[in-house]
Amino acid sequence: MLLIRCPYCGERAEVEFSNGGEAHIDRPRDPMSLTDEEWAQYLYMRDNPKGLIAERWRHAHGCNRFFNAIRDTRTDRFVVTYEIGQPRPEVTPEQAAEAAR
Amino acid sequence: MSDVSVSNSLAVSRAGFTATPLKGGRRFALQGRKDTLEGAAKAFGLSEAPGMLASAAAGDCTLLRLAPQELFIITGDAGLPEAVTTYLGTVPNSLVEVSERQIGWTLEGEKLRDTLAALSPLDMRERSFPVGMVTRTLFGKADGMVWRTGMDTFHLEVWRSFGPYMSSMMDAAALDAAW
Ligand SMILES: [Zn+2]
Repeated sequence: MLLIRCPYCGERAEVEFSNGGEAHIDRPRDPMSLTDEEWAQYLYMRDNPKGLIAERWRHAHGCNRFFNAIRDTRTDRFVVTYEIGQPRPEVTPEQAAEAAR
Repeated sequence: MSDVSVSNSLAVSRAGFTATPLKGGRRFALQGRKDTLEGAAKAFGLSEAPGMLASAAAGDCTLLRLAPQELFIITGDAGLPEAVTTYLGTVPNSLVEVSERQIGWTLEGEKLRDTLAALSPLDMRERSFPVGMVTRTLFGKADGMVWRTGMDTFHLEVWRSFGPYMSSMMDAAALDAAW
């Protein structure tokens, strides 16, 4: 069973959560000044890394809150979870190595 | 939770485990910012709102902290005290009565622990799930709320349409536990 640490409830089974896509994507302040390409970039283009990714998750069958997480897409190991609004945390090489294991 | 619609057929009774349908009382979901929840707790006569996943009793009402922004409130048939509704009329919040949505049971018996273990991966032993703790979680496919009301009793609620499903899940879990 894969455990995910909700910042509010603690470690819970993965089935309680739903993925909310890539995190830290800010809506452009002035959409009218953007080209179609730039707007499409904001709307549709996402990273698809083989390795660490910052994602939004929601504790859907728990506190219902969104939070952010850094996960290794190869192993599904979570490095850290953190509250919405906080900057993406630094990941140490040791943490990255552990997540890739 | 109106009595007429709580069917006795949802009761579970096995060797070492019983789930007795709850009758009466009303349910409210209150969502708001921290200050709003604290203010509501004061209007209930409490010094502060219960912390995350904790509960507090105020008269015949119980406040259950299911989320940072959410209090689930179980009341008697009279509903919320006037002081609370008066206070909530003065601040932004979302208050929804969900009495008819909920269906619940009191769980007890010497096989309670094993039955719960068969229903949920949560560690519901005393050390990690003390008396008074509450949380929403999944029971099979049913989203529900489990609250430890005593060393040997739990209170479980799910949405009404999950009632027969939850009842048969508990029945199967109790059979497993008794094995
Ligand atoms: Zn949570």
